[in-house]
Amino acid sequence: MLVYLIRRLINVVVMLLVVSAVTFGIFFMVPKLTGSDPALLYVGKIADKAAVEGIRHKMGLDKSITEQYVLFVKGLVVGRDYSTGVDVTHCSAPCFGYSFKTEREVWPVLLDRLGVTASLAAGASVIWLLFGTATGVVSALRRRTLLDRITMTTALAGVSLPIYFTGMLASAIFVYQLGWFPHDYVNLTDDPVAWFQNLVLPWITLAFLYAATYARLTRATLLEVLGEDYIRTARAKGLNERRVIGKHALRSTLTPILTVFGMDLGALIGGAVLTESTFNFRGLGYEAVAAISSSDLPVIMGVTLFAGFFIIIANLLVDVLYAVVDPRVRLA
Amino acid sequence: MSKTEKAPTPASERASGDKPFLSVRDLRVHFPTDDGLVRSVDGLTFDLEKGRTLGIVGESGSGKSVTSLSIMGLHRTGTKRGAPRISGEVWLDGEELVGADPDRVRRLRGQKMAMVFQDPLTAMHPYYTVGAQIIEGYRAHHPGVGKKDARKRAVEMLDRVGIPQPDKRVDAYPHEFSGGMRQRAMIAMALVNDPSLLIADEPTTALDVTVQAQILDLIRDLQREFGSAVIIITHDLGVVAELADDILVMYGGKSVERGPAATLFEAPEHPYTWGLLGSMPRLDRELQDRLVPVKGTPPSLINVPSGCAFHPRCPYAELTGDRSTTEVPVLTEAAPKHHAACHLPIAERHRIFAEEIAPRL
Repeated sequence: MLVYLIRRLINVVVMLLVVSAVTFGIFFMVPKLTGSDPALLYVGKIADKAAVEGIRHKMGLDKSITEQYVLFVKGLVVGRDYSTGVDVTHCSAPCFGYSFKTEREVWPVLLDRLGVTASLAAGASVIWLLFGTATGVVSALRRRTLLDRITMTTALAGVSLPIYFTGMLASAIFVYQLGWFPHDYVNLTDDPVAWFQNLVLPWITLAFLYAATYARLTRATLLEVLGEDYIRTARAKGLNERRVIGKHALRSTLTPILTVFGMDLGALIGGAVLTESTFNFRGLGYEAVAAISSSDLPVIMGVTLFAGFFIIIANLLVDVLYAVVDPRVRLA
Repeated sequence: MSKTEKAPTPASERASGDKPFLSVRDLRVHFPTDDGLVRSVDGLTFDLEKGRTLGIVGESGSGKSVTSLSIMGLHRTGTKRGAPRISGEVWLDGEELVGADPDRVRRLRGQKMAMVFQDPLTAMHPYYTVGAQIIEGYRAHHPGVGKKDARKRAVEMLDRVGIPQPDKRVDAYPHEFSGGMRQRAMIAMALVNDPSLLIADEPTTALDVTVQAQILDLIRDLQREFGSAVIIITHDLGVVAELADDILVMYGGKSVERGPAATLFEAPEHPYTWGLLGSMPRLDRELQDRLVPVKGTPPSLINVPSGCAFHPRCPYAELTGDRSTTEVPVLTEAAPKHHAACHLPIAERHRIFAEEIAPRL
């Protein structure tokens, strides 16, 4: 188990380096290939030559690409100073970059926005995991009954309907017509009750989309597992059906659900752009969209990198859970 | 061979009254499918006493496994899709199982009757330790027993089936066992509640030859020790030659020949059994040119051939005129306790066997 963990961790470090290199490459090398000047992007449209050169030097864009990457990684780990010799801007670790447009470090912005996105993702994921798997299990056990057909049709609708449709519809009815829910994000630390009230509707809307996928996945996996030889063995031992399903079948059903859950959660934290826009929440996705429309390169890059890290971390967690669930994985 | 060593159990030792310990009466298992009704088992009757071993032999699809699953009550029940229609009677120790409450049958399962499956790798749950799976089976029928005692019992059983260092191996996972060890563990799991009936469905098919012999020895030893009734299901005549007191040959969901192992091997009555024996390699006779397979393919269980299901593959079908194609043969006693379902007159069968079959075996 320990060996497995260490190997996964090494894997994670390598992945993080790769992600950072690719992100760096896209934001610093690709513009050069197309003939545009990153320094120009940093200063904005109206800038004289001296200002561009100044920023080029300050950002270290006059250095070789390798040197720039090293500085960039170093910034992530220990922080860095953007300096012209006279004018020094400090960016403390982990330095995800410095936005000269808004005159702030990217990291605190990310951190601030993360709270919103994480609140959204955490609540929604709990709901969709519970409801999705539960309906999947019921559907599988009541296969081909009316109940199964109704839940699976609903699930199909859930998968098919985009969040900006269900979200807007839900807002229109429950927020604006019935007035059941407020619709401004409140920090958990400021007012937990208001935090919860504000999030319920987005949670349910987002969970509906995902729960549908999970219900279908759970149903299909459980039906497959129920056909396994070891389920027949469990029955042959004279175990009651509740134990056969609850202990033997469900544990095997867990593995594929975990895999998908890790991916979904990672991706969601990286930016539930549509959900956040629909409910007008200022999360990471919202920040990314705002940064794109104002060409705020360091912020776009920061969000991208941050999202990449989250997916990797989520997958690490899944790998560890995998090993807990399936003893055969510990050997691999 | 051991088949002559055992004497039949006297009737006085029978479990309850004059009924045999296990009695299967006119068992029919029919699966409704989109293509039609699959008659997997179609009127099977046999008895088995405690302390005796019955070998059920037949090709794939002859209804062997379906029979064993019906005895265990492991088919889907009710009106669920894929659920077979089961009729007939299965009496176990004076209790009828086919019409019984499924929960009652569940309580007997694993306790009074247990089963060993073909492939021990897929038949054990990969996520639970071998010990946990044995303990679970034990505690399911001994609710008052604590975890510690159940674990002790599991170690004891693993030791009994010949697993080295059972106190350590009890915490190992199935994938950490070799194939033979897994099958031993599977047997330990089946025997943990001292069942009076053990059904082994192709217990050695997934194992390599040297391990096969060990597992067969183990089953024989355990049967002598516990005096249980054993059903060995196999397509391998070599396996039943090793173990069985009685043999039942199945073809197309029916029993075509049934009798004591000794006479069945010495003087088989049914042309299908002749075919099976001819296709079996043996070391105790001179080398023949090549093994002769039974010609043709197993019958469709949806459109079962008319009359005798074996007639399209039977080289002697014409000798009976058109009886073989029109009339279903019934099991009739050809020798003491030896029954066969064949339209050929007994004398004719004996002549064919003596002149044509025996010299080639």
